[in-house]
Amino acid sequence: MRPRSVVPLIYVLFLLLPIYWLLAMSFKTTNEILGGFSLFPQEWTLDNYRAIFSDPTWYWGYINSIIYVSLNTVISLAAALPAAYAFSRYRFMGDKHLFFWLLTNRMAPAAVFALPFFQLYSAVGLFDTHLAVALAHCLFNIPLAVWILEGFMSGVPKELDETAYVDGYSFPRFFATIFIPTIKAGVGVAAFFCFMFSWVELLLAKTLTAVEAKPIAATMTRTASSAGYELGLLAAAGVLTIIPGAIVIYFVRNYIAKGFALGRV
Amino acid sequence: MKTENQKAWFFVLPVLVLVAFNALVPLMTVVNYSVQETFGNNQFFWAGLRWFEEILRSERFHAALGRQLLFTVTILIIEVSLGIAIALAMPRKGFWVPVCLVLMALPLLIPWNVVGAMWNIFTLPDIGLLGWTLNNVVGIDYNMTTSPVAAWITVIVMDVWHWTSLVVLLCYAGLVAIPDAYYQAAKIDGASNWAVFRYIQLPKMKTVLTIAVLLRFMDSFNIYTEPFTLTGGGPGNSTTLLSIDLVKIALGQFDLGPAAAMSLIYFAITLAVSWVFYTLMTKDDQ
Repeated sequence: MRPRSVVPLIYVLFLLLPIYWLLAMSFKTTNEILGGFSLFPQEWTLDNYRAIFSDPTWYWGYINSIIYVSLNTVISLAAALPAAYAFSRYRFMGDKHLFFWLLTNRMAPAAVFALPFFQLYSAVGLFDTHLAVALAHCLFNIPLAVWILEGFMSGVPKELDETAYVDGYSFPRFFATIFIPTIKAGVGVAAFFCFMFSWVELLLAKTLTAVEAKPIAATMTRTASSAGYELGLLAAAGVLTIIPGAIVIYFVRNYIAKGFALGRV
Repeated sequence: MKTENQKAWFFVLPVLVLVAFNALVPLMTVVNYSVQETFGNNQFFWAGLRWFEEILRSERFHAALGRQLLFTVTILIIEVSLGIAIALAMPRKGFWVPVCLVLMALPLLIPWNVVGAMWNIFTLPDIGLLGWTLNNVVGIDYNMTTSPVAAWITVIVMDVWHWTSLVVLLCYAGLVAIPDAYYQAAKIDGASNWAVFRYIQLPKMKTVLTIAVLLRFMDSFNIYTEPFTLTGGGPGNSTTLLSIDLVKIALGQFDLGPAAAMSLIYFAITLAVSWVFYTLMTKDDQ
């Protein structure tokens, strides 16, 4: 191993320390946590996890989060694919301004929009539904998806399109059977980013839901404040929120290096 | 070359409708509030630009903006330099590379309030790994709830922990795209490490670095959940960043007019800075 490889190694250790601590806490009993400092759990317990999986308000939090995140990923990609194609292949009136305007929506602080979002989604009758959160998250995910996909599509030579037309493909057939498979790495990366930003966002998700579609992260904050100091339970819930992300990373592991450059290398 | 085709607008239409629904309606609501005064009961009175003048002159806003700028500049400097250094030190191939990349991406996928809660548990002075170690092994009197300096350092370290990986992954993607022939040519020419970095690696990373800086600027300037979960803006007001202060005014005090005016000023600042980055970035594309 070269000496400078130590740098990434130390960095990864630094990343894992707080995660280890959360994991350790989740296996400790409340008595042990309140009793004082211990590096490893002295008495391993699964009670914290058992409590989560036996309480519908807890596990429905996970199901709700997964539903709106998946919904958002599908909507964002479906809308972003044709738009990204247009940006990568054609010049049209106002294209550059439109592209920047889309990006500006990533810049809008969620805190600014929380209250108006609540009013808007209440007015259209979508408050406390999965669809409301999925649509609201489109605000920052669609621009990002368009941006990523446009990068990948611009890397595909235009000759591919022209050859397909010469061969008699119609546009929808070309798009679905030739073009999308060509940029499937890009689609994977865009889906990863949509999943990521929808999964980690809490402010809008919390504002737009009450009971029916309440996300897991919101269940956590409410439990933390109402049930006092249940650190073990909180830690176990935290650990469980990391798992879906870890699974998604595993699927895109081969694209991480190239994909994170959003197709712009 | 791209062809001129106005029908492309039809392709963009779904995106336009979805984003406009989410962006324009709330934005108009905010604009609406920002020029009116309300005493509750859904009664509104025209206030003109009074809130804007008030906010722009208020010391509270200046202080929050100052803290926000300090935070954003600090984390940008640390994360970008650290990110480049780690990406350069990463091996290009090998069994451990994908493992490292996956582990590095992990913090990016943790919900933001869990990040805050996790760091809270990690830094508790009596039972947190970091807090306990600092107090009992290193011998520093560390308590985030009483010392503003400790709170600031913790918030910054948390953000570095959370987001440096994004910069690393972007830079790494830029670096692996450099063909080996470039390095061989540099070796034949007897180029120093610095020259290789300055004339081969840095230019290749320029695009991805701009993306990294742009994303990190936008997201750190809008940061709310993590520091709020960690410190609640305290002790006192010491870690009350712009959006924490904004939520305090809007939902805590229910001063909708000033909060809306502040939102728009806030948005305008983010927009202006991001526009500069964006123009720099697209200038290189052409």
